[in-house]
Amino acid sequence: MNLFLEFSLIGLASGGIYVLAALSFVIVYKATNIFNFATGEMMMFGTYFFYLFDTQLGFGWVAGLGMGLVSAALLALAIERTMLRPLLGRPHIVLVMVTFGVGSILRGFAGLFWGPNVRQLPEILPRKPIFLGDILVPGKLAWGFVTVGVIAGLFMLYYRYSRAGTAIRATSIDQVTAESLGINIRAVFLLAWALAGLLTAASGIITASVNGVTPQLGLVALNVLAVVMLAGMTSVGGVVIAGLFVGWMETIVGAYLGAAWQSFIPYLVVLVVMFVKPSGLFGEQRVERI
Amino acid sequence: MTAALEISGLSVLYGQAIEALDGVSITVPEGGFVALLGANGAGKSTTLKAISGLLRFENGRVARGTITYRGDDVAAMPSYQLARRGILHVREGRFVFPTMTVEENLEAALFARGSRGPALRRRDYDEVFHYFPALKARAKSQAGYLSGGEQQMLAIGRALFAQPELLMVDEASLGLAPKIAADIFSILHAINRDRRLSILVVEQNVTLALRHASHGYVLENGRVAADGPSQKLLDRDTLSRRYLGGGADVH
Ligand SMILES: Nc1ncnc2c1ncn2[C@@H]1O[C@H](COP(=O)(O)OP(=O)(O)O)[C@@H](O)[C@H]1O
Ligand SMILES: [Mg+2]
Repeated sequence: MNLFLEFSLIGLASGGIYVLAALSFVIVYKATNIFNFATGEMMMFGTYFFYLFDTQLGFGWVAGLGMGLVSAALLALAIERTMLRPLLGRPHIVLVMVTFGVGSILRGFAGLFWGPNVRQLPEILPRKPIFLGDILVPGKLAWGFVTVGVIAGLFMLYYRYSRAGTAIRATSIDQVTAESLGINIRAVFLLAWALAGLLTAASGIITASVNGVTPQLGLVALNVLAVVMLAGMTSVGGVVIAGLFVGWMETIVGAYLGAAWQSFIPYLVVLVVMFVKPSGLFGEQRVERI
Repeated sequence: MTAALEISGLSVLYGQAIEALDGVSITVPEGGFVALLGANGAGKSTTLKAISGLLRFENGRVARGTITYRGDDVAAMPSYQLARRGILHVREGRFVFPTMTVEENLEAALFARGSRGPALRRRDYDEVFHYFPALKARAKSQAGYLSGGEQQMLAIGRALFAQPELLMVDEASLGLAPKIAADIFSILHAINRDRRLSILVVEQNVTLALRHASHGYVLENGRVAADGPSQKLLDRDTLSRRYLGGGADVH
């Protein structure tokens, strides 16, 4: 029983990694209706930005973190302005393919600049394990989870209570009405991408704080996509629960059934949910197929 | 009276070929209450969309003519800026945000308020609730669960929350019981009187609209077929019958 609890805690903590990237996916989807398949590569690139400023340019982790996050937001803005804005109004599939392309380009650049080998990030999160009773959770995982919790909490407060959050929500429901009420929907698109840049970078840095960063870091975004599908695309709160759930299930399945099962059982569950409830567990009934 | 809004020789195209308006000229005086009448497809909604800039979302554009608001040509201005200048358009079909509460719907209009009007606090809903007390009881309800009449009140109240200077309402009475439609027009009238707010309504129910508006324009096939003080338009019964598709008989 204790072992199960321990695995569960570890699972929830690793699910936290999905939460921020999934929030980034949802915010872009809600505001702009674009499936951002570059989410994983934005995670990876944001992480390299941090590595660049902190380690390579020697600014130290505080300044490096600030610069890395700002750069990630600027990169997201650049993607919106140069790649997606000119194609606004084109068929949906075109925009989705463009995000795929952007992802490949980012992966290519990362390989060019930083090479294929693992780069270790500075030790920010304490290593010392946390004991809850007699349950042990690895330190980095636990503190990473706490960090995710704080960021996700701040984000949800911002989304729910700030004026900008109201603008994003209004735009996601009905762009024309939002614009008619004085909301500059193009600015909302930009804001959503900038937030996505921040969230993905934070998510990437926390992920990489354990094993370092390679150009392949973004591949976890496939799991993130499963999380988002499970939650139902549009639900900010639902994504948090779904992220934790998928992380938990992966760990439990891995622990009790082995790695082979771990790699597909969670996705099988997501698939079953999609069959039973195509709009996801918490989604509004407006999910588009691609 | 000076004109708040002056439209002159306005022609509007949808796509490349569909001409929805052909040389329409309309004036809304400062603090005036003007009704835009006409049969289905006459171009009433198109006129409002041209003024509020929402034409762009339907691939429509102003081909000729000018739209002047308080002396400035605003025909090329994006909708959100027009809203921030005080031109608020309540679209046909109400378009409340169904998954947001009544209060959140109101707050979505905050961006239009900008620096205009009294410095009200963000959550100061009293003015809207004064005119629409029914909304107060539903303040925390999701807008999608309101009745049609309540949704119409919310759509108008939301525009009011933006502290408008020109309020345009398209087909406020559509699909509502006559009593509720009459109430809404009385409230619009009161808002017009209390706040010296310029109002332009589009309406199928001619007698209802002209009872409250001081001036009316009748559109037919994208042209102004008649206009004049409300009393004169009402008296010209034959004209009403002919151009308004029998709408004058509703009451
Ligand atoms: N989005 C649109 N695309 C093409 N034609 C349109 C569009 N909206 C309106 N029209 C056409 O413009 C004309 C005027 O429409 P509208 O302004 O909606 O009339 P009304 O509001 O008086 O019923 C109609 O012939 C209508 O078919
Ligand atoms: Mg109409």
